[in-house]
Amino acid sequence: MGGHLGVLRAGPGVTIQDGGRHGYLRYGVTPAGPMDWTAYRTANFALGNDDRAAAIEVSAGGLEVHCENAPLWVAFAGGAFVWRRSGVVLPRAARIRLEPSEILTARAGEFGAFAYLAAEGGFDTPPVMGSRATHMRSGIGGIEGRMLRAGDVLPAAVPAAGQRGENFEAIIDAPWLDRDSGPFRVVLGPQDDCFSPETLGDFFAYAFTLTPIADRMAYRLTGPDIAHARGYDIVSDGIALGAIQIPGDRQPLILMADRQPTGGYPKLGHVARADIGRLAQLRPGESCRFRAVSAAEARTALLALEDEIAKTHQRLRPLRRALTSERLFESNLIGGVVDPLDSEETGGEF
Amino acid sequence: MLPKPLYLAAGESALVVEFGATIDPNIHDCVLALDAAVQRANIDGVTETVPTYRSLMIHFEPRRVSAETLIAALASLDATAKPERTRVHRWHIPACYDPPHDEDITEVAAFLNMPRAKIIDLHQGARYRVYMYGFAPGFIFLGGLPPELTIPRRAVPRAPAPPGSLLIAAGQALIASCAMPTGWYAIGRTPVKVFDPKRTQIFLAGIGDEICFERIDGDTFDALSLAAEAGEFCVRRENIDER
Repeated sequence: MGGHLGVLRAGPGVTIQDGGRHGYLRYGVTPAGPMDWTAYRTANFALGNDDRAAAIEVSAGGLEVHCENAPLWVAFAGGAFVWRRSGVVLPRAARIRLEPSEILTARAGEFGAFAYLAAEGGFDTPPVMGSRATHMRSGIGGIEGRMLRAGDVLPAAVPAAGQRGENFEAIIDAPWLDRDSGPFRVVLGPQDDCFSPETLGDFFAYAFTLTPIADRMAYRLTGPDIAHARGYDIVSDGIALGAIQIPGDRQPLILMADRQPTGGYPKLGHVARADIGRLAQLRPGESCRFRAVSAAEARTALLALEDEIAKTHQRLRPLRRALTSERLFESNLIGGVVDPLDSEETGGEF
Repeated sequence: MLPKPLYLAAGESALVVEFGATIDPNIHDCVLALDAAVQRANIDGVTETVPTYRSLMIHFEPRRVSAETLIAALASLDATAKPERTRVHRWHIPACYDPPHDEDITEVAAFLNMPRAKIIDLHQGARYRVYMYGFAPGFIFLGGLPPELTIPRRAVPRAPAPPGSLLIAAGQALIASCAMPTGWYAIGRTPVKVFDPKRTQIFLAGIGDEICFERIDGDTFDALSLAAEAGEFCVRRENIDER
């Protein structure tokens, strides 16, 4: 039987997301889905879920949940969020069995804007147009099309027999989620011809900073002037994930998970999907650079990253509930009580 | 045979097939013909297509198909496919231009220096083509607005216009599916729900379909609103096979 997760507290912008709402782009329907697909997949794959299972997308606002009735296997990953089980700090990416008396909390850490909490089997909220992904602007998906709040109860679907594999709590060794300030790869087009070669040169030569105008729909950056060679009011065409629009203010607006499927500003290029997760993890005030690559290079990078993430299950190391200095430090820092069970090893069958 | 389009990358997972840069029924016909051909051909790795005014966006799964393979497959489609005359519907949509549903008509009348009745006659008498959806689920972008009704977008968006608002700006017309702040002008309103996720048929018109408006009074609007709320379509649909 599937378990339930009860929400005790959810910061603004915490939503249910799955692989996204597909098949309705032509009707103006936003695909939604996770902001950082790499972290979302990592959490799901650690539980043996597929890459479409609904999970909780935790924003910098944080989250506090507990397990109702029966124990529930969950996994989390993304950014450097600080996760605690009943006060005890856990690794930033891990798979654990949450017991009914335990409280799991997430708080934004030293970097990152989104983390994912997945449950074995996936959360079973009512699908709308084939997806559980929340799109708040149109009020569909998740729970009543809104962000989560205290009192929400999220049922987990019954997992397939044996899908999780081994029965041990684990650290997820996911180096692809480490902080990486390397430039974001960009494939030029389809309207790069709206900009002079000098302007395009500037775009790749200088750093940009993420402004506070950043949400699930788009990230607005500020940096050098990206002037249009001619007008900026083009006849609308399609919009793909990571499109770098340059509207009238000549500053990049990068379209993210909640983008509209069509739009009318020139698109200089697209951030490679392999780098979308890293971009999603930027916080306002942080800066970044861009590097031009061919579509073929972006494709190779994407396939390589997907292959790596697909092996998440082979990168689980038993989570030993030993006190590390880091955890002691964290525990002391918050003045929390250290669980006496914490020094006990959990069963690892490696 | 379709004119040769431009193939433009939109990242590594989408391709833009562009037939032009303007709003033109002939360009749109090419977009729709290619869309129909792509759907029929069932090309491996293609996940979704989005027809717009001037291009077809093809979303694909890079693991299953590369852009080069996809372009080769599309080029062979172009060589064999005639502009396809797919079945087109004409939708008769009730429209109310009486207060309080004509919120911005006074502003439009002042800007265009045109009597209110003339604006209504022009808007209601035209035949429109569904060019694309966008902005939000179910927002229908229409071409075919009489040129006399051309008015620039507002410099500052107005407060949200209610669902079903009939909007005009920049020489185009739009049917709104939900309340959104907008730079357009609301001159009337339909009780029809053009988007209802609770219905089996979530959306009404297909891209390329025709739309005309049939004038109703305020009482009819209220009655039809109740019926639409209960899940009725409240529209008349005609089949027009050839365009």
